[in-house]
Amino acid sequence: MTLMQKFLGAAAGLALTAGAAFAEPALVYDLGGKFDKSFNEAAFAGAQRWAEETGGTFREIEMQSEAQREQALRRFAESGANPVITTGFAFSSALEVVAPDYPDTTFVTIDGWVDAPNVKVIGFTEHEGSYLVGMLAAEASKTGTVGFIGGMDIPLIRKFACGYAQGVKAVNPDATIISNMTGTTPAAWNDPVKGSELTKAQISQGADVVYAAAGGTGVGVLQTAADEGILSIGVDSNQNHLHPGKVLTSMLKRVDVAVYESMKAGDALEGGVEVLDLANGGVGYAMDENNADLVTEEMKAPVDAAAASIAAGDIVVHDYTSDDSCPALTF
Amino acid sequence: MDFLTLIQLLDSTVRLATPLLLACLAGLFSERAGIFDIGLEGKMLAAAFFSAAVAAVTGSVWLGLLAGIAASLLLSALHGIASITFRGNQLISGVAINFLASGLTVLIAQSWFQQGGRTPSLMGGGRFTPITLPFADAVADVPFLGPIYAELISGHSILVYIAFAAVPLTWFVLFRTRFGLRLRAVGENPAAVDTAGVSVVGLRYAAVAICGVLCGIAGAYLSTALQAGFVKDMSAGRGYIALAALIFAKWRPWYALYATLLFGLFGALETRPDVITALTGMRMQGQLLGALPYIMTVIILAGFVGRANPPRAGGEPYVKER
Repeated sequence: MTLMQKFLGAAAGLALTAGAAFAEPALVYDLGGKFDKSFNEAAFAGAQRWAEETGGTFREIEMQSEAQREQALRRFAESGANPVITTGFAFSSALEVVAPDYPDTTFVTIDGWVDAPNVKVIGFTEHEGSYLVGMLAAEASKTGTVGFIGGMDIPLIRKFACGYAQGVKAVNPDATIISNMTGTTPAAWNDPVKGSELTKAQISQGADVVYAAAGGTGVGVLQTAADEGILSIGVDSNQNHLHPGKVLTSMLKRVDVAVYESMKAGDALEGGVEVLDLANGGVGYAMDENNADLVTEEMKAPVDAAAASIAAGDIVVHDYTSDDSCPALTF
Repeated sequence: MDFLTLIQLLDSTVRLATPLLLACLAGLFSERAGIFDIGLEGKMLAAAFFSAAVAAVTGSVWLGLLAGIAASLLLSALHGIASITFRGNQLISGVAINFLASGLTVLIAQSWFQQGGRTPSLMGGGRFTPITLPFADAVADVPFLGPIYAELISGHSILVYIAFAAVPLTWFVLFRTRFGLRLRAVGENPAAVDTAGVSVVGLRYAAVAICGVLCGIAGAYLSTALQAGFVKDMSAGRGYIALAALIFAKWRPWYALYATLLFGLFGALETRPDVITALTGMRMQGQLLGALPYIMTVIILAGFVGRANPPRAGGEPYVKER
């Protein structure tokens, strides 16, 4: 036996025992890409935290096209990965097909909806978090006009817009809310040029605070807002640092927590539905040194009071996806 | 709709039309010489990345522009080698370039900057800033003409003026010079050009190189003038729209300007649903608004443009008869 063969044999043996000892979790990112400074990046941060704390490893893949979804899920499931975590609503239909074929694997969908015993559905109350940043936007606005720029026009993004509009109206019932969507295809998540044009269009209509829920497109929105001297609001991850002093706040959606908890549970994870909301810290708004001067205590107080009331159930923020309509905004 | 809104709308039209115009002229040179190029998108994307990356590292946007043009030229050379020298299929080579650019830019960006397939945000001298033309501030208060000059014509980055200057230049080169005549001939009947003792291969390489330079400027405009940095897949299909505009324009430079301005106007209108509501008196759905450019394209193509004849030798590698 040559030295090379010994090495190969040892490596193979090691790989086998590792596979038997415990299953690696797998993480599948949506089309926006792993480093979108937003949604998918938050998922990566959660996985990273888990890996650092436990010393474990995880497998990951970035989707490049719609056609890859089912294939990627099957490959991970067949290679014994457990749980298989997917980010983004778009995995719902692929999971519906794949999940029944691998009853021993637990799949996780963040933002999606699948009715299967081995699929764990994790949802967020984005409308509640958006409500809070909407209140801040209305408080910071001098013109009484605020803007919303969404990525792809899907019910989930309308849920952001609707919560935001309700928050704005709660502070200033006469406020005007301008809402634009970037597009109707997945390309809308990565079109910062169009994001910039939409921002400029909203500014010329009088908007002086713009909330972007648009993935990579939001980079263009935040940039243009900073260039033109108005305030912007980031989304999903804390984006305050992108333009210090120009980003009012960010609506936090703790995708990282969802991924971290799922990976921590590992093989023991079971199917079901979990909603991360204001009460358990799943959503919120970001405060740090970059926006400390923008948000005064007088602005914060009513927002924190509203957050407490929402968490306690005294204020109910309408969820667009519950009946496909919004009391504060027409699309 | 008041006058100021109209100016803002046209201003946005110019910004959105510029990358399309540059890419469209790039395609025009290439296709007039008989080399179909669906790799416009990929070249733009590669140029967008390298110009932003070099501008971020050196702090000089002009070095960035050069790097963008160089990257685009490199891909052009690849297209040339595959489809001119080795007589491969031009469409396949173009598709390959698009894939290559889409993947490579993110990969290189991640390895250089570790910001997840982005470049750092460009500051100060790393960006093309708007140029205020002479007297723009002085005449801004003149009724009607003042705002047109100060808001619409002045206040764009230098690349916009280059793009618009490229239109008459392209027309002159193609239709008033010997080089242009030969270039067009090589796209119609390369055998005749060859018989006249002029190098078909040389002319086609020249055309592909010009295409690379123009695509490079278009890409640099996206990432260093419109934006302050590169984001994955930021060309967002503009190369394909430019190709549609090229067919629309029947492979003619002035028509290319009109076609891309029209697409730019549709893009600008899409960002201002309030203007459409004011004009038509009814509220239009966002989705319909987004589809409008494409619907209008079909209507105009089918009804008004008439037959568009591509260069006759387009898409076919030239083989010398023996």
